[in-house]
Amino acid sequence: MPLEQYQPQFFTADEWAFILAATARLIPSKGDGPGAIEARVPVFIDLQLADDFGKGADWYMQGPHDPNAPPQLGYQSPLRPAEAYRAGIAKLNDWCRAKHGGPFVELSPEEQNDILTALEKHEIALASTPAANFFDLLLQSNKEGYFADPMYGGNYKMAAWVHIDFPGARASFREWVGVDKPYPLGPVSITGERA
Amino acid sequence: MATTAKKKDVVIVGLGWTGAIVGMELCEEGLEVLALERGDDRDTIPDFRYPNIADELKYGVRYAAMQKPRNSTLTIRRTIEETALPYRSLGSFLPGDGVGGAGVCWSGNSFRPMAEELRLRSYVVENFGQGIIPEGMTIQDWGVTYSELEPYFDRFEKVAGIAGKAGNINGKIVEDGNPFEAPRSGEYPMPPLPQTVDALMFAKAARSIGHHPYPLPSANASQTYTNPYGMQRGPCNFCGFCDRFGCFNYSKSSPQTCILDALKRKPNFEYRANSEVLRVELSPDRKTATGVTYLTAEGEEIIQPADLVILAAYQLHNVHLMLLSSIGKSYDPVSGEGVTGKNYAYQMTGGTSLFFKGIDFNPFVGAGSNGTVIDDFAINRIDFGAQGFIGGSYICAGTTNGQPIRSMRLPKGTHSWGGQWKQAIKEWYGHSMSIGSHGSNMSYSDSYMDLDPTYTDRYGRPLLRMTFNWKPNDIRMTQFMKNQIEPIAKSMNPDIMDSDYKSDGAMYDVRPYQTTHNVGGAIMGTDPNTSALNRYLQSWDVHNVFVMGANAFPQNIQYNPTGTVGALAYWSVAAIRKHYLPRPRPLI
Repeated sequence: MPLEQYQPQFFTADEWAFILAATARLIPSKGDGPGAIEARVPVFIDLQLADDFGKGADWYMQGPHDPNAPPQLGYQSPLRPAEAYRAGIAKLNDWCRAKHGGPFVELSPEEQNDILTALEKHEIALASTPAANFFDLLLQSNKEGYFADPMYGGNYKMAAWVHIDFPGARASFREWVGVDKPYPLGPVSITGERA
Repeated sequence: MATTAKKKDVVIVGLGWTGAIVGMELCEEGLEVLALERGDDRDTIPDFRYPNIADELKYGVRYAAMQKPRNSTLTIRRTIEETALPYRSLGSFLPGDGVGGAGVCWSGNSFRPMAEELRLRSYVVENFGQGIIPEGMTIQDWGVTYSELEPYFDRFEKVAGIAGKAGNINGKIVEDGNPFEAPRSGEYPMPPLPQTVDALMFAKAARSIGHHPYPLPSANASQTYTNPYGMQRGPCNFCGFCDRFGCFNYSKSSPQTCILDALKRKPNFEYRANSEVLRVELSPDRKTATGVTYLTAEGEEIIQPADLVILAAYQLHNVHLMLLSSIGKSYDPVSGEGVTGKNYAYQMTGGTSLFFKGIDFNPFVGAGSNGTVIDDFAINRIDFGAQGFIGGSYICAGTTNGQPIRSMRLPKGTHSWGGQWKQAIKEWYGHSMSIGSHGSNMSYSDSYMDLDPTYTDRYGRPLLRMTFNWKPNDIRMTQFMKNQIEPIAKSMNPDIMDSDYKSDGAMYDVRPYQTTHNVGGAIMGTDPNTSALNRYLQSWDVHNVFVMGANAFPQNIQYNPTGTVGALAYWSVAAIRKHYLPRPRPLI
């Protein structure tokens, strides 16, 4: 199914528009290798947030939560990852409307890059997601969606693996130990696709 | 309402390496043994099979083989003044979950400690004087010597089937092994594995400047092997999905591949998964345990009477159970009194990354335990007085995996996203290596564990609380290692070189993975006033409770702990068989 026809399971239409725009900036299409859009990273993020990861199913979520905790003490937000995404997108869009007159998706790629840079450097504080770090969540899930096995919805046609010459789930390299030459075979996926 | 089960001779809490070892040895005595494991049952088939195991997201990033903080976690603070907060999602360390424990998903580096490390305080005082021990550093002797433990290291290495090259056999130095190691009674059970490109380059560079490279002692089999229990393994194929993963190939040593199938055949052994021990029950005079109380998967509470209680859970959980069950007096960091929770320590690591445009490292060709090591800057090689610290490191290069989400090494200063990142991952993936320092960590009066005053687990029990921070002594040690590693790295002429070592003022950060080498908290020793366990891992206070695991380490060694944990378990269970069972009592 083409990406345009994908029906998000977690994101609302406005959130989906944000995710398409933000992932396209974090891993742009220009240059060698797939961008987040070609790799269908947004699909991966949507499916993850609808599933156990989004629910924080494995995490200890009992309070009290300290919103001013030192970052070195780890995730301390009362929000589960899906809730942190939802709150983060809403607050970032509010910020964009106040400062730039429109939501993130309506801004130019240059403005979007500047905003993501400021978010990364903590120059934009999102009141709704302290102790969650929305940018870190967003960037980490982009990389996961780019490189995880295609059965999770991203890394479409293993293009990100081809880009870096990672052979995926082959998992048998005894005769290549100590050999300083490019490995000759392309990737396979867990479900048996070959690129 | 709790049900009381039929009495067993032995109840074992946790079925990982030490639970399996003790179970096997006590079944040999004809005792009725029950092991209670709170996680799921797991085996090679169906849980670790190919290709499903070759899933970086599930196992490497979402930690499917690890404990879920929802079910079991602790709180952490850096100083006594700070408020401890829950370790809500995994990061710095990854306790294993289920049958096999962390023995399923470990890397497999299987070392012996240096003889000097087991009597560290005495070694320091004799050679450098008491005055060099900084105030607040609480290092101790273990109460057992290397030569006493040697037969048990040998035993564990034969059961686990370790591949390596001896450097010192009965005092005779052997070429290509580690010349600085303590004497071994024989060669490793298997020869070393072949080495990856980075390890070969490091070995050549280290040798050319006068160091003494040797192959990393590995739990990845290098050939076919049958161990003393009749368990069979086949050679590692360098699949690159090893640490954090179960082995699909019967190559990595684990309780499953080395012990459990043999143990499960014993008619006097029984184990129950999804059975969580809530506490150890004590007799009214608190000198013995009467058994344990546990919850079944269905939530039924069962009192399990037993003559002998073996705590064989992970280090954190053994200490937690002892605190919850009031075994040993809880340690107080202000008065220095009490023993349970005392001397928590970790592992000081650092490393230098090297980038080479023209070399194909093929990082996906990896084994959890593969590489070249030098011990030229190990604990018995350093003049602590002259250098101003106590400690040491092994220095190593080798490839465990090239999984792209978690192992994408890029030069410092590369943007973490955008077009430059996309270009850099193509340019540098497969063209870098690292040289790591894996160092000791001393124990301190304010690094300890107790019960948290605020947070509770799903049964309402207080969580364990860890108080831990990096100290100047250990930071000086790792900076010393930086100064040794960088010249080796430079001699290899990389295009780019980046170093990452803790420096002055570094605070413990629970987010990035460091090691699952949590030690101490229920330490062994010679004096009931300063240790929770005697030299046989027997509780000083409750004599039919023996506590296995790295909780016994009075401070951390410079090596990965599993080899020592395995040897101590064999040492302890030998004392139980020979001295305790004929006449149950405090052995000292």
